[in-house]
Amino acid sequence: MNARIAYIASNTFREAVRDRVLYNLIAFAVLLSAAAIFIGQISIEIERLVVINLGLTAVSLFGVVIAIFVGIGLVSKEIEKRTLYTVLSRPVRRWEFIVGKFFGLAGTLVVNTFFMAIGVFGALLYVAHRFSSGDSSILIALYFIILEFLIVCALALLFSSFSSPLLSAIFAFSLFVIGSFADDLRGFATLTHGLTRWIATGAAYIVPNFSTLNVISAAAHQQAISWQLVAENTLYAVFYAAMALSGAILIFERRNLK
Amino acid sequence: MASIEILGLEKTYMVGFWRKRPKRALQPLHLTVEDGEIFGFLGPNGAGKTTTLKMLMGLVFPTAGTARILGKEWTDPEVKAQIGFLPEQPYFYDYLTAHELLDYYGQLSGVPAKDRKSRIDEMLIRVGLTDVKGLQLRKFSKGMLQRVGIAQAILHNPKLVFLDEPMSGLDPLGRREVRDLILQLQQEGKTVFFSTHILSDAEALCDRVAIIHRGELQGVGAVEELTKAVQGKVEVVWQGTHVPASIKALSGEFHVAGETARTVVSESQVDVAIDALRRERLRLVSITPVRTSLESYFVEKLQHSQTTAGKSA
Repeated sequence: MNARIAYIASNTFREAVRDRVLYNLIAFAVLLSAAAIFIGQISIEIERLVVINLGLTAVSLFGVVIAIFVGIGLVSKEIEKRTLYTVLSRPVRRWEFIVGKFFGLAGTLVVNTFFMAIGVFGALLYVAHRFSSGDSSILIALYFIILEFLIVCALALLFSSFSSPLLSAIFAFSLFVIGSFADDLRGFATLTHGLTRWIATGAAYIVPNFSTLNVISAAAHQQAISWQLVAENTLYAVFYAAMALSGAILIFERRNLK
Repeated sequence: MASIEILGLEKTYMVGFWRKRPKRALQPLHLTVEDGEIFGFLGPNGAGKTTTLKMLMGLVFPTAGTARILGKEWTDPEVKAQIGFLPEQPYFYDYLTAHELLDYYGQLSGVPAKDRKSRIDEMLIRVGLTDVKGLQLRKFSKGMLQRVGIAQAILHNPKLVFLDEPMSGLDPLGRREVRDLILQLQQEGKTVFFSTHILSDAEALCDRVAIIHRGELQGVGAVEELTKAVQGKVEVVWQGTHVPASIKALSGEFHVAGETARTVVSESQVDVAIDALRRERLRLVSITPVRTSLESYFVEKLQHSQTTAGKSA
């Protein structure tokens, strides 16, 4: 990685930490501890299932909320506060700024996910008293959740490069919800005809397919996840995030910073 | 050699929500700043000074025209390693300390890691912020932020420094310090281009100034040239409050302030005035040619611009 991108990424990470973004971990820890104690008392033989489902869903939702709310401010806040002026008047290219911001936020989310994952495994150990070999699929589910964050970060940056923070949040969150039902949208497209089919199919493939990245249920049921899916999802997420990031760069490269 | 050559830079914004209409922020601007100069870019608020600076920094794209900085195209990334920029009313990452901020900017400007710490310490001493280098910027006053801004602009030892309203927000002592700093930069061989609407600063510091109003260049030249002597007029100042009758007869223009009195006479009448003071045993303090102030020149240019704009409308 180019050194300037690394410096910008590192500063973005430091900003997130100092703005207490990682404080969400406390809420997550409280939620998971309470759930583990509660489930340990009432459920019969499904403790593992509930803890994994609840834990991974919380990891995903906490991360997506951070990705959207921090991501939409990455560019707009710098323009609004004019901190960008003293960065771009140095030998920093605009695309380096965007890419650095992206990696900084992605790094924050990876660290956040790492600590939340420790929480999930801790809760699992508390309710099930031991790990089994099938639990390795939880790691793959966590990896897919990180891929999901990369896409959401890139989309938040894309929207924030041309619209207000509020609109960016609405766009990014809507796309996250629609993308979570991308498989259903594709199924719906096959049931339609003519122009509607054409539009529905197009929309189904344009929105990010978060369905394919959601293997929480499979991990909870200790089902094996194929390496082919891992490879496909990796390629898909990297490609989608790269496209969204390229869009953000294209817009930002032409923007007048009034 | 010219440090800055602005070749017809102009900027038109499209304004309005539904029906966009063009609004010209800067008329084609041609300007040259020589190496080692302190150059003042003067104009009232909204004149186009900041737009010009932002275009030179690559923050705003010009509608037309180009510029060369330090002999290279101004878009060349290499150029940016050799320039420093202080924006107007600067705001920095307030979660960082002054030391961390300068370290970050040093990294982005390519200051080698081995030199960075000593360079930052030197800058903090220079702008008087050593005692608060560990304090987060959110706790800094406006004046302190301005000092940090100056430190970040010169941290990487640039050849050319752009300062947008550098005295803004500073108390009289702070302004004096910034003035001294600008003069030091010049002594170090740097070129300083600064925008201001405080004319006394420009008059005290600048080798040359340009005046801009409503996006149009009104005049450019050496300060001494612009504040040229008023043909044949001389100011005579003496100690005392008494004005001799012969001086009153020479000139209707005389003032008494405190323990001194002054009059303005033509060059041919200077000897007569001095003789009058001698006769009355009044002590002569000074005899100086009368010059127009930069302020008078500035006001005249602005009035001319307004009259021209009024006629064309």
